[in-house]
Amino acid sequence: MSSKIDIHWAALFKVAGVSLAFGVGVVAVFAVGVLALSQVEAARADGREARTGYAMAGTAFLICLAAVAYGLYLIIPQFH
Amino acid sequence: MDVSFLVLVVIITALAFDFTNGFHDTANAMATSIATGALKPKIAVAISAVLNLVGAFISTEVAKTISGGIVDDAKVTPAIIFGGLIGAILWNLVTWLLGLPSSSSHALFGGLIGAVWIASGSDAVHFSTVVSKILLPAVMSPIVCGIVALLGTFLAYKITARARQRSVTEGFRHGQTISASMVSLAHGTGDAQKTMGIITLLLITSGHLSSNAGPPWWVILLAGMAIASGTYMGGWRIIRTMGKGLADIESPQGFAAETSSTAVLLASSHLGFALSTTQVVSGGILGAGLGRKLAEVRWTLAGKMALAWCFTLPVAALVGGLSGKVADSGNGGVAIIAVIAIVMVSGIYLLSRRNAVTATNVNDATSVTLEPEAVPA
Repeated sequence: MSSKIDIHWAALFKVAGVSLAFGVGVVAVFAVGVLALSQVEAARADGREARTGYAMAGTAFLICLAAVAYGLYLIIPQFH
Repeated sequence: MDVSFLVLVVIITALAFDFTNGFHDTANAMATSIATGALKPKIAVAISAVLNLVGAFISTEVAKTISGGIVDDAKVTPAIIFGGLIGAILWNLVTWLLGLPSSSSHALFGGLIGAVWIASGSDAVHFSTVVSKILLPAVMSPIVCGIVALLGTFLAYKITARARQRSVTEGFRHGQTISASMVSLAHGTGDAQKTMGIITLLLITSGHLSSNAGPPWWVILLAGMAIASGTYMGGWRIIRTMGKGLADIESPQGFAAETSSTAVLLASSHLGFALSTTQVVSGGILGAGLGRKLAEVRWTLAGKMALAWCFTLPVAALVGGLSGKVADSGNGGVAIIAVIAIVMVSGIYLLSRRNAVTATNVNDATSVTLEPEAVPA
């Protein structure tokens, strides 16, 4: 039985940190998009304009789309 | 002739393992989407199956070693691979019967460890690698993913607190389909590859392929088909446990759980850790359950799952070791193990029929039992 157990703590913390930033970030940004869309709907129901709502939702979902694209880039080895 | 029979049996067994791998892991990607109604059950498993197949074809980096350094790869013979696969298949089916999600990769590693240990002694098993590459990530990854999902869920509810409830549910359902698809695709590139690697290395050791050959097209096709058809079959018992059993999941939680899982899986594979999708997603679902105020988390079930995870390596190792030992005695031994395995698989299937969980009743209960459920009056 070999004795030394080699644990890469630094890599482990890096994985945890990166996951935390990306996971929580994407969920929060998506939630902002959902909120903005709901405001757009509410405004339209009242007959108001909802330009900021549209802009906010668009930006939020674009950021999420970029995250998906980055994820696909990581998953598909042909891109590397 | 002697080698050909064994090689053929091992290839078939490897594909059978790939199939169980598929239906055991459908739940990881799709359970939460099915539970919240983001996707209809049949459509969810179909999407997951297609993405697993696509994943199998786009992943070109086939494993260079069968075990990734967990055992001494020079000591791995076809009989050992066979034993390891049998241990993994039986473990996958028993846990499926009980509706318990557990790692298919750990079952495979356990089977291989046991088979190598009995055939070549404990020196051939690299225990320090087992700790650093399997046990430690197994403990850490669900915790990390759970924390990410917990924070994500908390923020998602906080941010959308004043939004219209219907838009929130609908919006996050759309998000769920995408995040679940990402998990499926990542799964296909990782897990289908394992079987391809096993078959390719088998063909190399038996002299059918030159030593640096990649997998032949038929190996890629068969492995992809095996995992995809397993995925499409849908391990409904496990889908129920993960989607309905662990926690009461709403669409924002499902989205948070799957997004966190994707983040953890991609971050870890990019940085060189191979994690169990099952454990990561289970952690994510628990975290998402905790992140919503008053959401119910069923800790007894979570405890049962954790217990099953503790037993995965030793039990698969025991079964793998015994099967490998018998298979090592020649074609007769291989045939005996194959017959015993087929009988056990049939028995497990018949037991599951007593209380079948299917696409139509998957969301009707929160637990999976062996006895038929009482029909509500």
